Amino acid sequence: MSPNLAAIGYLIAAVCFIVSLRGLSSPATSQRGLQAGILGMGLAIVITLLSLQQPSVLAYVLIAAALVIGGGAGFYIARTVAMTAMPQLVAAFHSLVGLAAVFVAAGAFASPEAFHILVPGTTDTIKGLSLVEMGLGAVVGAITFTGSIIAFAKLQAIMGSAPIMLPARHLINIAIGVAILLLLIWLIVAQSTTAFVLLILFSLLIGVLLIIPIGGADMPVVVSMLNSYSGWAAAGIGFTLNNQALIITGALVGSSGAILSYIMCKAMNRSFISVILGGFGESGGAAVAGGEQKPVKSGAAEDAAFMMQNAQKVIIVPGYGMAVAQAQHSVRELYDALTKEGVEVKFAIHPVAGRMPGHMNVLLAEANIPYDVVFEMDDINSEFGQADVAYVIGANDITNPAAKTDKTSPIYGMPVLDVDRAKAVFFVKRSMAAGYAGIENTLFSQDNTMMLFGDAKKMTESIVKAMSGGGH
Amino acid sequence: MELIDHSVFNLIIFVLAIFVGYYVVWSVTPALHTPLMAVTNAISSVIIVGALVAMGSGSTIALVFGFIAVVLAAVNIFGGFAVTHRMLAMFKKRG
Repeated sequence: MSPNLAAIGYLIAAVCFIVSLRGLSSPATSQRGLQAGILGMGLAIVITLLSLQQPSVLAYVLIAAALVIGGGAGFYIARTVAMTAMPQLVAAFHSLVGLAAVFVAAGAFASPEAFHILVPGTTDTIKGLSLVEMGLGAVVGAITFTGSIIAFAKLQAIMGSAPIMLPARHLINIAIGVAILLLLIWLIVAQSTTAFVLLILFSLLIGVLLIIPIGGADMPVVVSMLNSYSGWAAAGIGFTLNNQALIITGALVGSSGAILSYIMCKAMNRSFISVILGGFGESGGAAVAGGEQKPVKSGAAEDAAFMMQNAQKVIIVPGYGMAVAQAQHSVRELYDALTKEGVEVKFAIHPVAGRMPGHMNVLLAEANIPYDVVFEMDDINSEFGQADVAYVIGANDITNPAAKTDKTSPIYGMPVLDVDRAKAVFFVKRSMAAGYAGIENTLFSQDNTMMLFGDAKKMTESIVKAMSGGGH
Repeated sequence: MELIDHSVFNLIIFVLAIFVGYYVVWSVTPALHTPLMAVTNAISSVIIVGALVAMGSGSTIALVFGFIAVVLAAVNIFGGFAVTHRMLAMFKKRG
């Protein structure tokens, strides 16, 4: 295939990817967008296969084998994974993009003539600029790879979600950063294989060190950030390959992840830098144990059932605890039961509820809760004042009124759901332990709050049961 | 006028694409942010293009590196699109 024709084809593929992201502006158009994305990918692969330099029969056989092995594994994972495990799945997928970028860079380094990156007239001297692009692609790819593995391990609870704080970690990180820079220069000057290998090893190491000090509840930012990195890695490789589809896609994905990181940081009222430096919530428990515990009212499922049944409007606030307890289907039963009684039920989603952007929306959709009763924070916050009952299930810090009033609170200034303004609040919680940020929630001791101690799923089931049993 | 270098052209495309990405992604509804991550994941695996080039280059070592990269990217492409489809299929309106 002529290079010009191929370039036009890649352009069409890139346009397909833009269309596929645009489709996500509404659930109604999202499936069509997805089809555009699949079309673009198919096109990019076919064009590449038609433009290969010296394809042997063996290469074609191996390409087919690789597609079948990888594709089969991908399909299987996608079909079987639980929706609650989506954050760790996405983290795992990011790691694969990163590693693939490293291997492509290694392939280009080993076989520069196939990538058209040789200095004209030479047989083995790679252009300096191509070495920069390749080196950067490999560095970002390697960081994405190990960083995502750590994020995966934390989300999958293979590793504890608490921050791991090495002594002098900033110093170590800076030293490694400088080493990476020096290795990059060495690579460019000498085209040294040793420099290339060391560069990748140091990048793998810094990927680990960057993510281990970041705690579990900051994972929405980390997952978004790694999403962004995987895009920049792809763009770096795109420069090496002189492939515009890859450059455009990398830029799209890179800015997408960056925007999501920004949204998450803003929703926590924290700067990106403070999240990256890590350690938030590390000294949590102690602060609460020291403070005096205000008295709280504790209630039973029957109380909640009675209040909700007789309410006009109920707002349900789900959080990470709902995902942990796999309570989304019980919440759906509650939604059904209340709707049948003529109660207006809405859901309020905080941007950082859960472990990744949009986590709660997917779980509620999985439980067949229609998306038009699910609202983002800014759209529903003004409605809490008219709600008879707010039912908080597995969320904590994102409902804490102290963020609005208490200037000494570590989460002061973080936008929260105005749950405290509902006429009655039912708060499902396993025990009186503090939330992730280690801050006491002043909502608990409010006059209109009743604590429901127990597992989120069991408690919701009991409320539904009490409603049908209580009868009218 | 002298010809502009490839890399400069690519830089122009890169910068413009970042702006396209910026505006397109802000228009994505927050409810679909998880599918957004899954689908960006799948499309960033267009890096498979580079892996295929490596495999078809005639060099044995590039063939090996390329093979590994194609397998990894294929997991993402098929897995990413399939899981996005699964998620999007769950989003339904009332009634």
